[in-house]
Amino acid sequence: MESSVKVTNVYKAFKSGKTEVSALSDISFEVKPGELFGLIGPDGAGKTTLFRILTTLMLATKGNAWVDGFEVVSQFKEIRKRVGYMPGRFSLYQDLTVEENLSFFATLFNTSLQENYDLIKSIYQQIEPFKKRRAGALSGGMKQKLALSCALIHRPSVLFLDEPTTGVDAVSRKEFWELLHQLQAHGITIIVSTPYMDEASLCQRVALMQEGRIMEINSPKAITEGFRKPLWSVRAANMYQLMVDLRTLEVVDTCYPFGQVHHVVLKNDTNSAEEAKQQMNGLNARDLEVQRIPATIEDCFMDLMRQ
Amino acid sequence: MTEEPVISVSELTKRFGNFTAVSAITFDVKRGEIFGFLGANGAGKTTAMRMLCGLSFPTSGRAMVAGFDLYRDAEKIKKSIGYMSQKFSLYEDLTIRENIRFYGGIYGLTDSQIKSKTVLMIQQLHLENQVDTLVTSLPLGWKQKLSFSVAMLHQPKIVFLDEPTGGVDPVTRREFWTLIYEAAHGGTTVFVTTHYMDEAEYCDRVSIMVDGRIDALDTPMALKQKFNAPSMEEVFIQLARRAKRGE
Repeated sequence: MESSVKVTNVYKAFKSGKTEVSALSDISFEVKPGELFGLIGPDGAGKTTLFRILTTLMLATKGNAWVDGFEVVSQFKEIRKRVGYMPGRFSLYQDLTVEENLSFFATLFNTSLQENYDLIKSIYQQIEPFKKRRAGALSGGMKQKLALSCALIHRPSVLFLDEPTTGVDAVSRKEFWELLHQLQAHGITIIVSTPYMDEASLCQRVALMQEGRIMEINSPKAITEGFRKPLWSVRAANMYQLMVDLRTLEVVDTCYPFGQVHHVVLKNDTNSAEEAKQQMNGLNARDLEVQRIPATIEDCFMDLMRQ
Repeated sequence: MTEEPVISVSELTKRFGNFTAVSAITFDVKRGEIFGFLGANGAGKTTAMRMLCGLSFPTSGRAMVAGFDLYRDAEKIKKSIGYMSQKFSLYEDLTIRENIRFYGGIYGLTDSQIKSKTVLMIQQLHLENQVDTLVTSLPLGWKQKLSFSVAMLHQPKIVFLDEPTGGVDPVTRREFWTLIYEAAHGGTTVFVTTHYMDEAEYCDRVSIMVDGRIDALDTPMALKQKFNAPSMEEVFIQLARRAKRGE
């Protein structure tokens, strides 16, 4: 089956004064039709630049890319008809009402709200009570839903969402991902970027990005199962002191705080928690608990950053 | 930690017209405490924080911050606190050295204090080779660490951090929390907001705002027990779902 998005060896460099800054470096990946694909990485990873190239708003310095079978430079007009794009910054007309924004975008694509109503119904119904309100006066969550409705109004085959959940609280983030999974049922390919590592597990496949490079591409499950070494969750009465002490231990390779526990990788492999605990016996920690745990995407991301 | 609270808030309220953004919140923060200030978007966190920083006048209620009354001594409060936000803290078109000099001046440090502070800070952050480059060319993680140090320049009693780690990579995010721990260890009170629920676990105590009220306030451990939840994320979701106002 043909890919929905295909990127081969894409580079992008920006001039900043006399120096050249590389924003994207040798990026290659493919997204299958109907797939929910995540670009995971912090600010400065190159996620937005990549989106701008794929939505034909910016030219790559080098390399090729296709969206829905069309080439991003020579066939940009075809692509623009077929993609939906929700940029990171709120991109609607603040001084138009909810209704006016929707009909404006519908007109641009020669369609109407009614024509693809089945697709946006569940999202639109949540903002319908405010349809006479100006977009600028909506709350953050509502703005986001309006932007998503506008990006979907022409039933795009590929939907690009640039950090839709950044700065959004945990509850609204959860609701937004539920919406994405509903959209997937309509067969739309979705490419979504996020700095929140925990959202990776909600995608079918992800690319982990850092400083313009893709460090790894795979399903979240394959990435976490491929973590290089046994990972230990360690806790004690005084967590801060525990971290400081663990980091001075010769046997400890890495130690990172993870909420209520620390995640520790030891230099010597062992599969028994008892043995791992013994290796840490240089610690003078009260109530020391050591437990073997599966790695999270964040563990893997930090490990890749070190390489 | 001494028993005298460094922030003491009682029935603090802010109304805009007939909308009550902050509704009679009451709490104390101890010296050297890391106090997590959580809430869903629109719950009233920013409004409450602006009042505590002396940037917005309350409608009613009382508050003492760093030993000063919010109504009478807002200017003295501003001198006793540091503030850092994700969106704006440093001037991008000034160099690192110029930013430190500028903020040092704003906070009323003498020239010689600024000089010695600059040397110290640059050493601690390992920025020796970048000190005369523009802030705009620094990676985000470094910017955030630098702006935290700048907010601590005048050794404030309290430092307010508004989503300091948003968009930062996971390693830097943890390094940033090490800075927070060190500051608290040195006696500075840290008042911090975040959307990362693992970071809520790092706080000594956490308050959660819902519809302008503080609906929960305790240690992360006690909150998890009270709400019978395995993590702070669960606690947060249970509380935030109560919200009626909003959208």
